Amino acid sequence: MTYKNRLDGRKMNETREITAKAGVIKKADGSAFFKIGKTWAYAAVYGPRDFHPRFMQDPTKGVLRFTYAMMPFSGMGERVRPGPNRRAKEIGMVSGNALRKVVNLEDYPNAVVDVVVELPQADAGSRCAGICAASIALADAGISMTDMVAAVASGVVDDTVCLDLDYEEEHYPEFAKEKVDSEDVADIPVAIIPSTGEVTLLQMDGIMKKEQLIDAIELAKKKCDEIAIIQRAAIHDKYKGN
Amino acid sequence: MDKEAQENIIKLLSEGLRQDDRKFDQFRDIEIELGVVEMAEGSARVKCGGTEVIAGVKMKLDKPYPDSADKGMLMVSAELTPLSNPRFESGPPSIEAIEVARVIDKGLREGPAMKVKELCVEVGEKVWSINVDVCPINEDGNLIDIGGIAAIAAINNAKFPLVEKDGKVNYKKKTDKKLPIDDEPLPVTIIKIGDHLLVDPTENEVAVMDARLTFIFRKDGKLCAVQKGGEGPLSVEDIKKMSDMAEQAVNKNRKILEKALK
Repeated sequence: MTYKNRLDGRKMNETREITAKAGVIKKADGSAFFKIGKTWAYAAVYGPRDFHPRFMQDPTKGVLRFTYAMMPFSGMGERVRPGPNRRAKEIGMVSGNALRKVVNLEDYPNAVVDVVVELPQADAGSRCAGICAASIALADAGISMTDMVAAVASGVVDDTVCLDLDYEEEHYPEFAKEKVDSEDVADIPVAIIPSTGEVTLLQMDGIMKKEQLIDAIELAKKKCDEIAIIQRAAIHDKYKGN
Repeated sequence: MDKEAQENIIKLLSEGLRQDDRKFDQFRDIEIELGVVEMAEGSARVKCGGTEVIAGVKMKLDKPYPDSADKGMLMVSAELTPLSNPRFESGPPSIEAIEVARVIDKGLREGPAMKVKELCVEVGEKVWSINVDVCPINEDGNLIDIGGIAAIAAINNAKFPLVEKDGKVNYKKKTDKKLPIDDEPLPVTIIKIGDHLLVDPTENEVAVMDARLTFIFRKDGKLCAVQKGGEGPLSVEDIKKMSDMAEQAVNKNRKILEKALK
């Protein structure tokens, strides 16, 4: 254990500040805004609606389609070319997979439920923010679901497991303010079904010890229970008072 | 929108009414917020009724075009995000997105909004390339005008990133230096439905329009771009009336913009 003081002063099990809001996009059937630090995700749900072309339809259940995109000015550094690139397509796929278990798609034969996530600003943890926003948006759209998936990234910095790395922690040796024992950094996005504790998304980028993987998942899982409360509150708030 | 809803809009207009109770020459309330995206060199969020856009500025050092070796580059793009309206699909930019971007772009180029020569670092070798992207979060009509306001606001908000001694751009450090702004061209679009002329159309109004005309005005009141859209024809008399309406609206919008930029 060598990483004692996080760069922005957070505790090891502390995320950046989270805010969530439901119903932010008027033309959508359901929508949400989820903000974790400087990472902002908007999600809109359109559907269930007719699925074209027709040969893509499934008569036994609906199709959940997840589109992930970063706005061209959302990242530090040069402009991101808009449009689906390999990274965005892959994130869209794993994010959709993270959600399908909780959505009762058999209620929507032949239809498509479109989930669109766009990030105006991204400072690490964007796929988890997108999944959190998407879950709220699906609930806001009244889609039949068994739970709302929550997601957060765990990580390893200088041999220490901690939660929700930001950009500087992801590039730790470069930004380190104290002596670095291990240059290894790992980022581990995790999505959880809070009611069952099951993992629906797991990825790891970087270098870490095998033993730390379970610790990292457990840490994320605990936090997901708290995020689930924030997600529910966002839905409640929409209908409170007006 | 179904036929009945369309007929309803037209019927209302004949009684002098719009669905949202506005006068024909009345813009929706405009709210401008600057510097909303920290990662961008400049940004602005503009809300106007049910339309909300974020515009962001990204800069990079690039090689100039051979035919303008001492000039920097300014380019506007628009993404009609599938997020903001079920009408939009993901994929390559639609013709609608291209038109929105091209019209705003034309205004900024012709204005000209930027003293592009001041964006030159080394003739023929290195110039600043400025990208402005307009992304709607909520789309309820009139993206050209609202995107145009957002683009100008974001350009005003932008600060150059630091260039290190080795010539690399350090995007984490912004300098105090603003972009060399020459003018602030603002678009106003008037649509024609039957015999009626309307400013700042909503999505429903656009759906039943016969034609539209966008005027882009410089600060000195001169025009720097005009674009007709839609299939319907316009009489010379229509165009005169539309240009007068647009001029009135742009004067109001410019005051709102100037207040926000203070």
